[in-house]
Amino acid sequence: MMRFIRVFALSMAIFLSGLTAAATEPVRPLRIGLTPTFPHDQYRPLEKWRLYMEHKLQRPVEFTRRDRYIETMDLLRLKKLDFAWICDYPYVHFRKQLRLLAVPVHNGRPYYQSYLIVPATDKTTVSVAQLKDKVFAYTDPYSNTGYLAPRFQLQQAGADPARHFRKTFFAWSHRRVLEAVATGLADGGAISSHVWDTLSVGKPELTGAVRVAAKSSDYGFAPFVAQASIGDEEFHVMQKLLLDMAADEEGRTLLRELNLDGFIAGDTHIYEPTERLIRALGEK
Amino acid sequence: MRPLFNLSFRYKIPLWGSLLIVTATLAVSTALIVQSYDDLRSDLVNSSASLGRTLAKTLFAAMIQEDVWQAFAIIRAPLHEESGNNLVQPEMILALDQRERIFVSSHPKSVPMLADVRQIDKEYAHLAELIAANLAPDAPIIEFSGARRIYVAVPVAEEGARLGTLVIIHSKDVFLPRFRAVAWRAAGIGLVVLAVLLPLNWYWGQRTAAPLIALARRTSDVARGALQAPPPGTYAYDDELGRLFDAFAVMVKSLREKALLEEEMIRSERLAAIGRLSAGIAHEINNPLAGMLVALNNFKRRAGHDERTLKTVAMIERGLAQIRDTVSAMMVEAKVKSRDFMPHDVDDVRMLLSGEMHKRSVTIDVDSDIAAPIALPATLVRQILMNLLLNAVQASATADTVRCALRHSDHALTIATENSGRPIPPEIMNHLFEPFVSNNDTGHGLGLWVTYQIVSQLGGQIAVENRDAMTRFSVSLPTGETS
Repeated sequence: MMRFIRVFALSMAIFLSGLTAAATEPVRPLRIGLTPTFPHDQYRPLEKWRLYMEHKLQRPVEFTRRDRYIETMDLLRLKKLDFAWICDYPYVHFRKQLRLLAVPVHNGRPYYQSYLIVPATDKTTVSVAQLKDKVFAYTDPYSNTGYLAPRFQLQQAGADPARHFRKTFFAWSHRRVLEAVATGLADGGAISSHVWDTLSVGKPELTGAVRVAAKSSDYGFAPFVAQASIGDEEFHVMQKLLLDMAADEEGRTLLRELNLDGFIAGDTHIYEPTERLIRALGEK
Repeated sequence: MRPLFNLSFRYKIPLWGSLLIVTATLAVSTALIVQSYDDLRSDLVNSSASLGRTLAKTLFAAMIQEDVWQAFAIIRAPLHEESGNNLVQPEMILALDQRERIFVSSHPKSVPMLADVRQIDKEYAHLAELIAANLAPDAPIIEFSGARRIYVAVPVAEEGARLGTLVIIHSKDVFLPRFRAVAWRAAGIGLVVLAVLLPLNWYWGQRTAAPLIALARRTSDVARGALQAPPPGTYAYDDELGRLFDAFAVMVKSLREKALLEEEMIRSERLAAIGRLSAGIAHEINNPLAGMLVALNNFKRRAGHDERTLKTVAMIERGLAQIRDTVSAMMVEAKVKSRDFMPHDVDDVRMLLSGEMHKRSVTIDVDSDIAAPIALPATLVRQILMNLLLNAVQASATADTVRCALRHSDHALTIATENSGRPIPPEIMNHLFEPFVSNNDTGHGLGLWVTYQIVSQLGGQIAVENRDAMTRFSVSLPTGETS
């Protein structure tokens, strides 16, 4: 009896609270964090994407852009964001507090690489190890392709990543690393292959001033994640939206602008190379 | 240099004027150009300094966080304008750290990160010294013009702590064409001013020099003895030069009068000397001559002379008589007692000359206002009148008329004769009143000499002039009381 009463009371409480919530509160917007893992500072296509999401989800959607991965990660952990498109390194690093929502597919595969870029005038460099005592531009300390991968290369070559370069700095986005190398501010930099491919089309004058000196092995593409406490329903609705984008015309147009083929549900094992990298560098 | 100062005023005044105009124009144009250079430069430095102060504030945050990219974005921002011709558009912006090394530069390819500014070139080294010498956080903005660039350095500091220096660099390649355009405009204005002023100056110089040159030429003429004043109206203004012209004319006039007077004095002194000499000689001859004539007369009266002797004596007597006539003609004795000159004396003289008049078919037209006796010795006045009229008749062309005018005023009698015919040649004119000077072949040349002597002794004056193809003698005799 007591058990019944308890279950009833709980049900009533939930029911009543749901009623009052429905009656008094407007629908809570869905909050999505965007990071520079893709060219997140292009307003027009992203606004179209947001409106697309609002239309599909029938609820408001907010995009929250932050330059630094760690800020987005903090917002996720503080539950200020429901979903975010982040880099594979923070995903692996903070995996316990996150759920893999979807993995973008580029060139038919859910993988990307780290490109070592040097100014087009530098005809000789073919590995990061050759850039000893040079100025090197990293993307973000929580970036795989823009930070971990080149450091791993150095370590593999037997160099100390902390002392190899004369100076390093963070440009806080792949695109800015590209600009830094193109203008000569840095003698080299590391960016994601996806950003390179996207900007090769959109900003050929930028990529024209730069040469890809080396390409890393494949890493799982920067994933869409959900914060751990997100409800299953919301999770699935959002996942379905992303996976179905390739199925309708508007979605395909948006994907073209993002330079993606589409999204897949993905499997955590594609991030094993990233995990090995983190372990090798002792960053975990 | 001296030959330049020896140049004629015709060239010297315009040359000096031109020199002054060119110098003044150059000075003004140069001043304008320098001024515009300063203006352009200070505009540039001011706008640069204001840009620098704005950038330095935001740069501070980026630099203190060592955010290279942020600092790079800040200093690149002012350079993104496309207008390459913008004067205030900097060529390059540098952010320097506390040791004047490049924290970041807007053009990393040419000025890479971490490079020591001193190593780039001498201008940067000098700039680094200036910055190092003004390291206080509130140090003033440093501006420094190099050979090719203008540098403006602003401290990057906050609350009294200096983190580095922001250097804004402008290329003179943009600055100089702008300045050159201004300079060309100033030079063009200068040329226009010269084109207007130089011809004006040349005209004015010529105008000023012309009367001076005329005056100088006349002065050297005067020095050579040609007493000629510049024609009136050469310089018609009443300034110093005009007064100089007036004074010059006065001087020439008085010099001419003085020369005439001297000439006249010399002539009369000469005539007086000749008169004294001839009178003396005549006296010395007359006395023995009279004795000789008396002796000859006595000799003839005595009987017993043969025919031949008497013939000889008669010949000597005729010769002596000729000498006496000549000597007596030269001896002008004004102190002879004579009656006063009467109106009918004029008619007498005319009557006496009728034979000569008839011979030459010349008429004498006498115009006399003498109505009463004049206190002058009649014999002498008659002789004057006679000599003058006889000369006039003899000089006249056939069938011509000789005019004679006699006027008596209170104190003087004037006699004027006028005849046409041959004028008196200048070489004779100067010696006209000397003895044995004649303008015709028949006379012995004593007529005018005697006339002159008489007039002189009567205290009068005689003058002659050739005018309008007429020869005119005028005699003026002072009159006393009638006796």
